[in-house]
Amino acid sequence: MRPFTIHEGLVAPLDRANVDTDAIIPKQFLKSIKRSGFGPNAFDEWRYLDRGEPGMDNSKRPLNPDFVLNQPRYQGASILLTRDNFGCGSSREHAPWALEDYGFRALIAPSFADIFYNNCFKNGLLPIRLPPAEVDELFAQTYATPGYRLKIDLGAQTVTRPDGKAYSFEVDPFRKECLMNGWDDIGLTLRHAEAIRAFEEKRRAEQPWLFA
Amino acid sequence: MPQTLYDKLWESHVVRTEADGTALLYIDRHLIHEVTSPQAFEGLKLAGRKPWRASSIVATADHNTPTDHWERGIEDPISREQVETLDANIREVGALAYFPFKDARQGIVHVVGPENGATLPGMTVVCGDSHTSTHGAFACLAHGIGTSEVEHVLATQCLLQKKMKAMLVKVEGEVGLGVTAKDIILAIIGKIGTAGGTGYAIEFAGSAIRALSMEGRMTVCNMAIEAGARVGFVAVDDKTIEYLKDKPFAPKGELWDKAVAYWRTLVSDPGAHFDAVVELDAAAIKPQVTWGTSPEMVTDIEGAVPAPDDFSDPVKRESVARALQYMDLKPGTRIQDIAVDQVFIGSCTNSRIEDLRAAAAVAKGRKKAANVRRVLVVPGSGLVKRQAEAEGLDEIFKAAGFEWREPGCSMCLAMNADRLEPGERCASTSNRNFEGRQGPGGRTHLVSPAMAAAAAVTGHFTDVRNLL
Ligand code: SF4
Repeated sequence: MRPFTIHEGLVAPLDRANVDTDAIIPKQFLKSIKRSGFGPNAFDEWRYLDRGEPGMDNSKRPLNPDFVLNQPRYQGASILLTRDNFGCGSSREHAPWALEDYGFRALIAPSFADIFYNNCFKNGLLPIRLPPAEVDELFAQTYATPGYRLKIDLGAQTVTRPDGKAYSFEVDPFRKECLMNGWDDIGLTLRHAEAIRAFEEKRRAEQPWLFA
Repeated sequence: MPQTLYDKLWESHVVRTEADGTALLYIDRHLIHEVTSPQAFEGLKLAGRKPWRASSIVATADHNTPTDHWERGIEDPISREQVETLDANIREVGALAYFPFKDARQGIVHVVGPENGATLPGMTVVCGDSHTSTHGAFACLAHGIGTSEVEHVLATQCLLQKKMKAMLVKVEGEVGLGVTAKDIILAIIGKIGTAGGTGYAIEFAGSAIRALSMEGRMTVCNMAIEAGARVGFVAVDDKTIEYLKDKPFAPKGELWDKAVAYWRTLVSDPGAHFDAVVELDAAAIKPQVTWGTSPEMVTDIEGAVPAPDDFSDPVKRESVARALQYMDLKPGTRIQDIAVDQVFIGSCTNSRIEDLRAAAAVAKGRKKAANVRRVLVVPGSGLVKRQAEAEGLDEIFKAAGFEWREPGCSMCLAMNADRLEPGERCASTSNRNFEGRQGPGGRTHLVSPAMAAAAAVTGHFTDVRNLL
């Protein structure tokens, strides 16, 4: 996993609440047995005018000019600014894979759906919760300022605007440490293999029917 | 100190806890299907790791499998590759049970687990699927997980979790005739919203929940995720225990008695503390119908489509306006005046035998309305299908002009050939009415099986209470 420490990048606004994972990566792309290459199909149904299917040459498809991420000023964006309950719906990890593959490194919203929030951390993507009023300010500034960029410092837990104003955000210490170091959860957990084995043996003795 | 059921389920699975409260939770049951597992198996192999306990795995193919012409196999090559990848992975690592495509017990993973007794009270159950909350009906701590977590559970038999807050949703009283578990959960979501349960584990309780069958409780827990909660559950009672007796993977003999004694403790203690409590009056719940593109956009059959201006929050106003545009509905339209093009009876929410019985009771002696292009009835599993056929339900459906299909997820998410055409409107017993969920441009209204059958035979949403 790619470590995340400090990131400075262009902001793209997606001014909708309840963006679900079906919208982030439509189901037909879930048929892949790979975990990369989903970026060109991120937001597929909003982004293109035709219907996307796996295996198409996406560079030849007609873009929807009305979709905000297609506007020239947001090309190369790496920070997605959005609204409440982002990532709701299906648990598909293809959603953070698609966002990461598209080029996003951080997401800012008033709230995220639980499973999606969790999945982001496993894929080097930082979801940041800010209060609705601060998100409103960021939307206003993004719209008003072409080339609007933010600086995100995970260590300091801050989002800093170009005018120097900084917002702070909360993040679990454990998740933060893993993301800052790019640690793989499995490797970390297996350090406790002894404890898991001991727990399992006790459980097997007490509730043998679980181990049929 | 009195404990909630959640406290008990949580504490009995904690292997260790980090300083910040992140716990390593031991996983008893790992359910696997073809869509969210290939990358996890691949990751495991690339890292040179072996599954920790393959006997915790119960697997089936459901999302991509066709629901007709099984003799032709899976015609879509990409879907076929995914299903074959699952076959190969399970062959390699082993499992407690595998119900592959065309197996007599194949079906939707959340239907298959409980009906085989592979879901038992007090278990932690995970699956790379958000509707894993379904298994909470058995007083399980059942989480939907992402693919990285599927790999994590395969490799370590554990999940990294932080304890959530506890919410009690209490539904007291008796529901009226024709009002079902589906209406109860839609009413709950209508009340608390799709993010209302975010960060919470929900316990469903109250006399109306206790009065539900295990199947009804599964319907309620299934949609906990649509209320934002990753897990939802119901305490153990006699119904839980009766349901499990003699199921293939349930304990037998002496072990059964021992298990039952433990299961009886899986209830919230009197006076246990909940961080939030929501109460609903069962008698006030009417048959529900969603009108928008989020399950919280719901009203009852006597209601009408709202206007964006009915909402004060500007973000909400905007989403309602967008939803009405997508759904092609005008504010003020009476729900009963909305005509449907297709009807879907199926999905892990509503494809068990009682759901099919409820739909058949309405369909019996009636015919599909002329304006309805297709009515799909898709049983949740091979076992459900055979039971329904033994009861003659398939004949009732066919006589009414409905299509009787093979089990699978089908038009719940339209990954196979079953889908809506752009612009088509569907009465669906599934759980998500998101844009494009049942096919690009398709419009979904969530309802109970009885309400879906009522829409099928009248051509528009109809108060099923008038047809009973
Ligand atoms: S029936 Fe629908 S919701 Fe349930 S597991 Fe299948 S696709 Fe998911």
